[in-house]
Amino acid sequence: MKMGKEETEKKKEYFFDKPKNVKIFFIFYYLWLLFLLVVEPFIHKHTYFPWEEWPEFYAVFGFVACTALVLAAKYILRPLVKRKEDYYD
Amino acid sequence: MISTVPPSTIFIIGAFLIPLLRGRLKSAYLLLLPFVSFINLINISEGTHWVVRFLDYELVFGKVDRLSLVFGYIYHLISFIAFLYALRVKDDIQHVAGYVYSGSSLGVVFAGDFITLFLFWEMMTITALVLVWSRRTKKSLVAGFRYLLVHIAGGLCLLAGIVLYVINTGSIEFGYIGLKGLATYLIFIGFGVNCAWPGLHPWLPDAYPESTITGAVFMWTFTTKTAVYVLARSFPGTEALIWIGAIMTCFPIFYAVVENDLRRVLAYSLINQVGFMVCGIGIGTALSINGTVSHVFCHILYKGLLVMSMGAVLHQTGKINGTDLGGLYRTMPLTCIFCIVGAASISAFPLFSGFVSKSMVMEAAAMGHMKIIWFMLLFASAGVFHHAGIKVPFFAFFSHDSGIRTKEAPLNMLLAMGITAFLCIFIGIFPGPLYSLLPYPVDFEPYTPFHVVGMSQLLFYGSLAFTLLILSGIYPPEVRAIHLDADWFYRLPGKRFVWLCERPVIAIGNFVEAISLKIAGGSSKYLPSGTADAESGIDKFYHVGLASIPTVIYNWVKHLRTEIPYLPWNLIYVLILFIGLLFTIFLLGR
Repeated sequence: MKMGKEETEKKKEYFFDKPKNVKIFFIFYYLWLLFLLVVEPFIHKHTYFPWEEWPEFYAVFGFVACTALVLAAKYILRPLVKRKEDYYD
Repeated sequence: MISTVPPSTIFIIGAFLIPLLRGRLKSAYLLLLPFVSFINLINISEGTHWVVRFLDYELVFGKVDRLSLVFGYIYHLISFIAFLYALRVKDDIQHVAGYVYSGSSLGVVFAGDFITLFLFWEMMTITALVLVWSRRTKKSLVAGFRYLLVHIAGGLCLLAGIVLYVINTGSIEFGYIGLKGLATYLIFIGFGVNCAWPGLHPWLPDAYPESTITGAVFMWTFTTKTAVYVLARSFPGTEALIWIGAIMTCFPIFYAVVENDLRRVLAYSLINQVGFMVCGIGIGTALSINGTVSHVFCHILYKGLLVMSMGAVLHQTGKINGTDLGGLYRTMPLTCIFCIVGAASISAFPLFSGFVSKSMVMEAAAMGHMKIIWFMLLFASAGVFHHAGIKVPFFAFFSHDSGIRTKEAPLNMLLAMGITAFLCIFIGIFPGPLYSLLPYPVDFEPYTPFHVVGMSQLLFYGSLAFTLLILSGIYPPEVRAIHLDADWFYRLPGKRFVWLCERPVIAIGNFVEAISLKIAGGSSKYLPSGTADAESGIDKFYHVGLASIPTVIYNWVKHLRTEIPYLPWNLIYVLILFIGLLFTIFLLGR
């Protein structure tokens, strides 16, 4: 009986198991990203540095910084520091 | 006005009653103790209390001002939450250690002189160690030993600095110090070890992820934040701290990206967050100190929340590596939501607590026209979102389906996480009450349109980078591996040294012994009988004297093992070093 319950549990579909839900999530996500770009020219900026006045500075910085972070971690840091799990044993 | 006692006493003395209680009474007692202690705290007026004469000095157990009070409040709050989370733990040692740990942190925060500060400082080390060892695994045992060695070294450095400082100034009062001369540098570095400065940090990602599930909440809270407090008290406006803090925010995020153990990811992001606080102390303006203190307050809550949610995952599944987890949102939806709230708070999304505190430090850096520092902090803001904000929830609760179908965490754990999640959002929406607690009057409005949109752009486009990297398969896959950190500098030489003593030194010893035996045995045939005395003297010298040197060294060193029975030996070694160091310091100080 318990086996049966576990099997139905495995088969049960959850929210992100349906491709349609994932699609809807991504549509809202991309719309929100677009909205953030569009709204920026309409707000008043109180800046300390000149580059903060460049259009979409924060969006570009966020994207580039995160990409650079991952690439640096993957291609520079990991080859340098990765060792087998029993390295110190 | 009711009569009050020093803030640390109720926790420390109260802790030792825990083993005497049973069942519901014990649970009630564990939850009530923070309330009793808190009522005591709010009845203490600002000023200097509980001054005790000791030899020629005055010990101060209650230096109460706005700075120490904020730390007092948040320590009580997190103690209550942590004990609610740990309510089902049957191990009394952990409960006692937890309360003594919180109590001694309070002791440091309200200490008005160096002697009480140092006593409570060392008590924190010992009780934190108990929380690591209580996990009772081989890994936690050895990590605990390394933790102890690093912190004893840091503590000795601090003590050396204190002794020199007291000799120089003649006063043990703890207040503003500032960097001038050897004594202050030693104190500075002693504080820096507990603060996990770059290079002095490897104990943190080494030992913290090996601590117990419930003890982790204490670990992630007290040691580093107490170090932040003492730095804010004694070294505000020290320029070196700006750079130390900025480097702290940047380098751990690279490690966090490649690390597999999700609690170790949180340990690296702890260093990153403390970096913002250290940077704020270094800038030293009213705004930046306010930023640091409010960041401590928010950070303790959201980091506690993240650690609790990962603890709940570890508790329910027994796994914590990104490679083993995934898809848990299906059966642990509440834990998942709490984790996301913590992640949004640490990433400083608008309407979450990190937003109202971190921006003060950023603003202070901008007002000081520190271009490079500002860029480093902005990069770290994007980076912290990347690893703690997305990576932790994504790999635990979403990602590929690991097939694990477990139950939701126990009710007490959910309650503890729920309360913390509520506070994270509440502070994010209504920062006013928090701002009113800060040491200086606050003239800062976090919710300007530009700030909200700018921060949202930074974070959401960071998440776009994550999404595209995952979808394209470029994102580094989680792998089981060790990633070398600065602890390599003491772990590998340590291992080599033991090997050196066990193999070559012993081999040389055996060789010398064999040679000397040969000389002694072989030569006696050719020498006249009168030389027998001289011969036995030579024999003794070679055989006993020279040959035994490696053996003696070996016998010394073999006691330095990371096993409980060897603990007394290790303590003796540390004590010998300690006395030697004190002696040197006294000679230097003359």
